Amino acid sequence: MDIIVAEKVHKKFQLKHGQQVNNNGVISNEIEVLHGFDLKIKKGEFLVLVGPSGSGKSVFLDLVGGLSSPTSGVVYLDDKPVEAPSAKTGYVFQQYALFPWRSALSNIEFGLETRGVPKEERVKIGRELLSLFGLSDFEDRFPYQLSGGMQQRVAIARALATKPEVLLMDEPFAALDAQTREILQNELIRIWEGTDTTVIFVTHSIDEAVFLADRVAVVTARPGRIKDIIEIDLPRPRNGDIRSSSEFAANRHKVWGALKAEVNKAQQDWKLAPVFSE
Amino acid sequence: MSEELAVQTEVRQKNKAIDFSVYVKQFTPFVEGLKKWSSGIPLVLLFFAVWEALPRLGIIDPLFLPAFSTTIQTLFELAVSGKLLLHVLVSLQRAAAGFGLALLLSVPLGFLMGWYNKFERYTDLFVQSLRNVSTFALLPIFLLLLGLGESSKIAIIFYGASWQILMNTISGVKSVDPIYIKAAKSMGVSDWELFKKVIFPASIPSIVIGARLGAKIALMVVIAAEMIGAKSGLGFFIQNAQFNFMVPEMYAGILTLAVLGLVVNYLLVWFEKKTTSWKGEIGSSILG
Repeated sequence: MDIIVAEKVHKKFQLKHGQQVNNNGVISNEIEVLHGFDLKIKKGEFLVLVGPSGSGKSVFLDLVGGLSSPTSGVVYLDDKPVEAPSAKTGYVFQQYALFPWRSALSNIEFGLETRGVPKEERVKIGRELLSLFGLSDFEDRFPYQLSGGMQQRVAIARALATKPEVLLMDEPFAALDAQTREILQNELIRIWEGTDTTVIFVTHSIDEAVFLADRVAVVTARPGRIKDIIEIDLPRPRNGDIRSSSEFAANRHKVWGALKAEVNKAQQDWKLAPVFSE
Repeated sequence: MSEELAVQTEVRQKNKAIDFSVYVKQFTPFVEGLKKWSSGIPLVLLFFAVWEALPRLGIIDPLFLPAFSTTIQTLFELAVSGKLLLHVLVSLQRAAAGFGLALLLSVPLGFLMGWYNKFERYTDLFVQSLRNVSTFALLPIFLLLLGLGESSKIAIIFYGASWQILMNTISGVKSVDPIYIKAAKSMGVSDWELFKKVIFPASIPSIVIGARLGAKIALMVVIAAEMIGAKSGLGFFIQNAQFNFMVPEMYAGILTLAVLGLVVNYLLVWFEKKTTSWKGEIGSSILG
């Protein structure tokens, strides 16, 4: 069963006044980020989106999260078009986006507050999640008192607190150092394998994609659409050791094969990389 | 058994040591702030020494500049008699009333102007025009319109203190990191919750800075207003002493003003640290 279906999705952004972009010889003040983006995501699967910078991966997450709407086409969540942020989705950002004036526990409570969950219940859920991420001793800490890895753990816990059916993760580990990154990948996969949450995960790291994903969707250079979907045939439950296996390398090779041409295309386009405006 | 007891005591002692270190840590910022602050003392003492020396050595006529010790003595007498305290309290009351009013009006207005672009477009020109007129230039107008009573003084203090609070509130709202707004929206907040739980707390540091500057201006303006038309207050006291050639009293009043400003500033800095402790800058200095 498909939980998310994107049909012929197009997304254009208006550039700021005075900015122009050259689309194959046509000068325009609009930039098309998604062009005919079709994707079906199965309930409970871990789908990773890879693609060159500017290919609209994050834009697609915003569409699923209801934070932005497509110029044309539809994104369905549970057979209903997404029009506004839904209680069924949770969002994790690259910059953590924890509220600095709230403690770790209170950050996790945020989404539950807006849903009217009573205090006791919120604290209980928050503490359970903190312990799941090994952060029980840090519930009173403010974000500035936590390391990057801890902050991102809290941010993931915050997104999970409302028990979302779909977890949207926008390069969540990109700002972390290599070791912390691997540790968090292991933790995420351990926690996810015990749930039936659907995850859409955006990354630039092929290793990360192969390690986490059931399927890797390769997005083309801008304007983005799905170029290829690669099934990752690695057994679950997975742990860190799998990274050094030959099957891992074979899967990695497949993904890179599909991605290479798009990255090269995007590189040539790099000088034209525009600044978006809403 | 005795061995067990020994282990227990050891554990207890260890715990005690940990507790103590936490206790010390809590005061470290304060002690460090005090240390930093105390390095400023010698220069102040030097200033007082020069003040003492100049009239005593006959370089300046003591009639125009009484020695520091004479001034302190006068100040002491005034303080003991309770005369000075009355004026100080009256001034503080006026400053607080004007400042409170400014806070009450400027913070909500600042939120409106910072959040609703349209509202700002309609109001900005008017606000900017008012803001750029010197408060003191308007003093006669306030006196003409509101008379010599309390209301004109409070109004002018309100006017002077408002701008910093307003401008800082606007910039606070405008500089809320969009990622916080995005995160909150992804969790399905209503507009009111977005304001209450994100925009408001995120703008607090900026508002508090505005309030601090506004309070300083309130103190400045109250003195000026009292010099023009008042029968009480520290401004009146200084002005009155000057007119009646009570020179030591005048200096005592000015000295009180300096101390008052210092105390108010420290209180506000402390308040600022307190309200923005989540930013993690406690260690810098508790005394500013």
